[in-house]
Amino acid sequence: MIEINKVHKSFGDLEVIKGVDLTVDKGEVVSIIGGSGSGKSTLLMCINGLEKIQSGSIRVDGTEVHDKGTDINKLRQKIGIVFQQWNAFPHLTVLENVMLAPRKVLGKSRAEAEEVAVNQLNHVGLGDKIKVFPGTLSGGQQQRMAIARALAMSPDYMLFDEATSALDPQLVGEVLDTVRMLADDGMTMVLVTHEIHFARDVSDRVAFFRNGLVHEIGTPDQVINNPQKPETIAFLKSVS
Amino acid sequence: MLSTSLTMSDLLFLLHGAWVTLQLTFWAMLLGTIAGVVFGLLRALMPNASRPLGWVLDAFRSVPLLIQFVLFNSLKSIVGLDWSAFAVGCIVLGVYSAAFCTEIVRSGVLAVPMTVRRAARSLGLTYSQDLRYIVFPMATRIAFPGWLNVVLSTMKDTALVMWIGIIELLRASQIVVTRIQEPLLVLCIAGLIYYVISLVVSRLGARLETRWQEND
Ligand SMILES: Nc1ncnc2c1ncn2[C@@H]1O[C@H](COP(=O)(O)OP(=O)(O)OP(=O)(O)O)[C@@H](O)[C@H]1O
Ligand SMILES: [Mg+2]
Repeated sequence: MIEINKVHKSFGDLEVIKGVDLTVDKGEVVSIIGGSGSGKSTLLMCINGLEKIQSGSIRVDGTEVHDKGTDINKLRQKIGIVFQQWNAFPHLTVLENVMLAPRKVLGKSRAEAEEVAVNQLNHVGLGDKIKVFPGTLSGGQQQRMAIARALAMSPDYMLFDEATSALDPQLVGEVLDTVRMLADDGMTMVLVTHEIHFARDVSDRVAFFRNGLVHEIGTPDQVINNPQKPETIAFLKSVS
Repeated sequence: MLSTSLTMSDLLFLLHGAWVTLQLTFWAMLLGTIAGVVFGLLRALMPNASRPLGWVLDAFRSVPLLIQFVLFNSLKSIVGLDWSAFAVGCIVLGVYSAAFCTEIVRSGVLAVPMTVRRAARSLGLTYSQDLRYIVFPMATRIAFPGWLNVVLSTMKDTALVMWIGIIELLRASQIVVTRIQEPLLVLCIAGLIYYVISLVVSRLGARLETRWQEND
């Protein structure tokens, strides 16, 4: 379970997150939608400690993420994150990209790590690309590799930050299918997305972000089909 | 029929000079690269703490090498160090190339996208694992062409050590020219030797680069 409590986060004088409360239950898929600059990416980075917070608390399975005593590298093993830019490690093959963390972080042997990596790459449909370097892959394939790389750590949570917005339209589908597959497998996920239809289909709940706050939250039916707040209505109109 | 008074022993003398040039280049680059990697990492990863270091290296980069040779040589006499001219040559050239290598390493490290490093950390890699498995290999590929340029220019800069009494390739050719009075021929031969050395170095470098590029 991810529990976000009254979190505030600033970059210098700019307060980006202004007291967010959000709980994500085990097995739940929560989508975050909202305008540019509303703090969606920042919140995801705070969840796995890539960004510090000024006040409030974030707990993952009861562990305080921003506590000095927390072993953040250990905690990150169970939180996979996939970014908008696919961030391949260009000097490593697709297989090595996926094997790196299982070997160096989990201490698996080469053979074990390779088995895990090959499984995950098959899972995302890249089984025939394991020997190539990521620079030769399409954007959609690189993004699926990034998903496999995160999954190879057997995370309990997956966070997606606009995983499809840097992709050509014809490549979006393959990545969304991969995410949908994870949702069907019961993975606990937080999806920051601009794909409203997709959010409606896969999410248990949708949160509309505005000015660093959760402005409206509920089931997809409530928030996307029958939004109550005027700002939500305006946002949905602007993206559809 | 062209006749020349260039003898076999003159040619060997030139080749010996070339060997001195190569040795100077090698030791200077060894020193310059090791120091450049250490300093470059400091400059990239701790920019504030290492700022004074940056100023010092700036001085070495901006003062003409000839002045550095002469200054260091006099300093040596003043302090009373019993170092050979060859050692002085290696150290001055090494420090000079370290100043350039530092900048190359620093910009190589900074060219590794922050987003890629974040992705690495998000997988649970520690700060030092991120440096070792992601930043160093990526930065090496980025910095390599610049480093190769430093090798080639250091090789040519070794010619300046003649001012502190070392007989390397250029000084050797001057000596031969003075004796046989055929500057054109001798300098062409010397130039050819420099050219061949550079060619070999850049070919080896290019081969390494294409091997990396096949990956991208
Ligand atoms: N490292 C940073 N330093 C300073 N300001 C930042 C930094 N990262 C983000 N910001 C600012 O914080 C605000 C929120 O950014 P964030 O990326 O979280 O928004 P977002 O909701 O993800 O927007 P988008 O939909 O465009 O991705 C923006 O105003 C942004 O300029
Ligand atoms: Mg964002």
